[in-house]
Amino acid sequence: MMTPILEARHIDKYFKKPVKFQVLKDISFGINAGEFVSIMGKSGCGKSTLLYILSTMDTAYEGELYLNNELITGQNPDKLSYIRNKHIGFVFQFHYLLSDFSVLENVMLPAKKLAEKSPQEIEYDAIGKLQILNIPHLAKKKASQISGGEKQRVAIARALINSPSIIMGDEPTGNLDSHNSDNVFNIFKQLSEEQGLSLLIVTHDEDFANRTHRIVTMEDGRIISV
Amino acid sequence: MNWKVILNIAKTHLITKIKQTAIAALGVTFGIGSYITLVSFMTGLNTMLDDLMLNQTPHIHIYNEIKPSKNQPLTLYDELSNSFHVVHSIKPKLNQKKIHNALPIIQYLEEDDQVRGALPQIKTSIFYIAGSIEIGGTLTGINVIDEANLFNLRDYIVQGTPEALDITDNGILLGIGLAEKMSLAVGDRVQVSTSKGDVFPLKIVGFYQSGVADIDAVQSFANLKTVQRILGEAENYITDINVKLKDIEMALPMSKKIENQFDLTAVDIKTANAQFETGTTVRNLITYAVSITLLIVAGFGIYNILNMLIYEKMNDIAILKATGFSGKDVQYIFMSQAMIIGFVGGILGLLVGYVLAKFIGTIPFETAALPRVKTYPVNLNPMFFLFGFIFAMVSTFLSGYLPSKKAKRIDPVTIIRGQ
Ligand SMILES: Nc1ncnc2c1ncn2[C@@H]1O[C@H](COP(=O)(O)OP(=O)(O)OP(=O)(O)O)[C@@H](O)[C@H]1O
Ligand SMILES: [Mg+2]
Repeated sequence: MMTPILEARHIDKYFKKPVKFQVLKDISFGINAGEFVSIMGKSGCGKSTLLYILSTMDTAYEGELYLNNELITGQNPDKLSYIRNKHIGFVFQFHYLLSDFSVLENVMLPAKKLAEKSPQEIEYDAIGKLQILNIPHLAKKKASQISGGEKQRVAIARALINSPSIIMGDEPTGNLDSHNSDNVFNIFKQLSEEQGLSLLIVTHDEDFANRTHRIVTMEDGRIISV
Repeated sequence: MNWKVILNIAKTHLITKIKQTAIAALGVTFGIGSYITLVSFMTGLNTMLDDLMLNQTPHIHIYNEIKPSKNQPLTLYDELSNSFHVVHSIKPKLNQKKIHNALPIIQYLEEDDQVRGALPQIKTSIFYIAGSIEIGGTLTGINVIDEANLFNLRDYIVQGTPEALDITDNGILLGIGLAEKMSLAVGDRVQVSTSKGDVFPLKIVGFYQSGVADIDAVQSFANLKTVQRILGEAENYITDINVKLKDIEMALPMSKKIENQFDLTAVDIKTANAQFETGTTVRNLITYAVSITLLIVAGFGIYNILNMLIYEKMNDIAILKATGFSGKDVQYIFMSQAMIIGFVGGILGLLVGYVLAKFIGTIPFETAALPRVKTYPVNLNPMFFLFGFIFAMVSTFLSGYLPSKKAKRIDPVTIIRGQ
């Protein structure tokens, strides 16, 4: 039997402003260890909203969320921060890096926050992650001085630094050309196959989605196929 | 809490915004620098003025006041004790100026733990004779060395030394005003005449300048023994006792006690100089009002810079929160920035204040009223520096608190969606 990493049960979400309306309607699904899952659906159907809830950043919802069989819903904010830090790696559509810091520092920050390893070990790990993504030569560069595709890979390296249980991505290839997009897909695929990492990626790219293990399709706030 | 990471992020933010950081820190520097300069200058002035008044003044002055007896002969008559008395034209009793048993009283006072010293004096009216004119004045017999030690007599001797007066038997320390009137120099002789008419020649060993012209025009000093000899009185003839206490606050209760115990008049320093403290209080008030105003302005500077920084670093805040930094971590990042600005600005301010105060202390300031003062007085009390530092840290803490609280509450989802 498969062990579920992440499980959503009957999640509803409403936006009250400008008018009250239900964005997510009774969302229930799970992701198993080592699974590479993509989410597809029309623009505005609630994919990002769902991802923010699954990543514990958004707590204003109804229903239950489990990570590694532990109930996440209703935990205090500090605990949620810790969970995000240790168990969840997030890759945004836009390359979100701290522009005043070097590439290496950006990758190291979540590990320094977690503080389970010595600074030397963290630096060693960070360089290792940059190597996985083929960008070790960028380590000392300022984050604001590298290209978009490079930034995206730095963001992935950062998401990997604490060896999370799951990586979530909101259109991580949306801004990349097909070559770089392929590149990122291959990296994800490799991580899932070689390291047994679970991945949940929102994408509009059908080719990308077709090459994942499973496609979750959303429409109008509901999941219509898992 | 992971302070190393938090401080590292705070430091990086400040360094990338070094100009704004410097301006905010300079605001604090300005506030603290002005505080140190002002407070050391103002309290320097206060101390100088206090010294002018209080150092010369005994904490308790004991003497025999000439006043009408409280008990008129009538009250001694028992049969009239319940009736209402009217006595016209009461005259003071012919009282001796001499303090009866002065030497035992002094000895008794000296043994008291509260007392630093009790010094005998003889005050007498005399005439200074210059050719054919006589100038009225006061000659005070003193224990020169003790007076120098307890009442800073040395500060008011503009020529000559206390030691010279002490060893010169017929010596006199002449008021500078008298010396000018009679064109006398140190080493000259001056003739004095007592109220009984006896004339004595005295040798001038120095000049006295209190800073108060009216006093300097009449007051001179000589040894106790010299004055006793001029007056033809015995060695126990003492008219005044000046007491210096360890704690000035004890002056009032102590003077009351002495009055009751010895049936003498004892005036404490506070009663004698009641109006004096008001000036000191007002000057202190001005100092603190100005300093606090400057620091409030500096505080607004920090508040502004931090608000701006938080606005510019919205993305950073969202990323930090998304990658596992808690709201508190983010708050501490911005709090530390405020505190770093306050710390650096504060320390610089202390330095600037110190240098400025030192500089003021070298500016010449000469006044006839204060013969010993050559430059502006400054008081560099370490407590001011401690207080200034605490002041800087507290005001930056307060101005950093609100913006950092705002950063703590920023919702990363809103920022990420906003892209
Ligand atoms: N803060 C908000 N307040 C009100 N409505 C919102 C808010 N954020 C999103 N919405 C609405 O919720 C719906 C779902 O938004 P969401 O961003 O989840 O869509 P999406 O599936 O990610 O779309 P896309 O593929 O374009 O990124 C949209 O109709 C959007 O207009
Ligand atoms: Mg979206």
